[in-house]
Amino acid sequence: MMSSKEARSLKMLHLTTGRVGCLLSKQVVVALTSSGARMSSHGHHEVSDSVDMSQPMYWDRLDTPLPDRPWKDVLDSTDKSLKQKEKGPWTALSKEEKIALYRLKFNHTYPEMKRPSHEWKTVIGGMFIVFGITGLVVLWQCHYVYPPQPHTFGEEWQAKQVQRMLDMQINPIEGFSAQWDYKNKQWK
Amino acid sequence: MTHASVFRGSHKCTTMRSNSRPCGQTTPLASRCYSHAKVETDEEFDARWVTYFSKPDIDAWELKKGMNTLIGYDLVPEPKILDSALRACRRLNDLASAIRILEAVKDKSGPHKDIYPYLIQELQPTLIELGISTPEDLGMDKL
Repeated sequence: MMSSKEARSLKMLHLTTGRVGCLLSKQVVVALTSSGARMSSHGHHEVSDSVDMSQPMYWDRLDTPLPDRPWKDVLDSTDKSLKQKEKGPWTALSKEEKIALYRLKFNHTYPEMKRPSHEWKTVIGGMFIVFGITGLVVLWQCHYVYPPQPHTFGEEWQAKQVQRMLDMQINPIEGFSAQWDYKNKQWK
Repeated sequence: MTHASVFRGSHKCTTMRSNSRPCGQTTPLASRCYSHAKVETDEEFDARWVTYFSKPDIDAWELKKGMNTLIGYDLVPEPKILDSALRACRRLNDLASAIRILEAVKDKSGPHKDIYPYLIQELQPTLIELGISTPEDLGMDKL
């Protein structure tokens, strides 16, 4: 579900589902408004026009339990009658009615806000893709860019170099020549 | 449990007097540069918030502001504060906010899993009286 990525590619300020803990964005959910002809009675929050930021907004945030406005404020008749019933004793409400009242006022519950996402897979996958591309670039570079290795890297030269270093007794106390057993002509 | 707010955040220090210093160190009396502001005790804090939510004609904005501010503090509110807030929800005919408050304090407890059951236990009379179901009762604590 990368709606937040796609949304950001558009020019206008699109506000899509806010997800707590999302690395890429932390945006406000557009609550239903009664403006214009965009009246829908269910919790659908896709917005094609820009949002009026001067109006109170709804957001699901762990540290803001009661947002500035309810999630759904376009109430149809069943909602309105439920709201009327809410004015009476709450013991008279059934569990379903209580849940319905909660869902009228709020979009996500706290567990829903805190649900883990699959975003980490995108991040790790993206990382590996970048490593891969970098690896390809390095390979190309090794083949086409680097000059030939100096002759001093060859096997024969290296062997002669080591022998010369031993003959000179390079670092004879604790270093290079110290590891060579001169008596038996081998490494210790 | 003490009167103090449960698992309160950092406490402010009070000025030390030189009488308590060990021998050999001489410090003039009351020359420390601590603030002279009066530190609010836990009881005063709790009482202030209980009073805030007990306002008989509290309005929805004040409830929202109060709860959002309270949740912003580095502490889990005492049951008596929550009781006052739940009753404020009742006066405002707002069951959804009452349930939300319970969810919020559970989240506020963080890794301390024993705080929320304690709060619910203390609030049980109020919850029964007002008919507030906990998120667990409504199955809303699961995804």
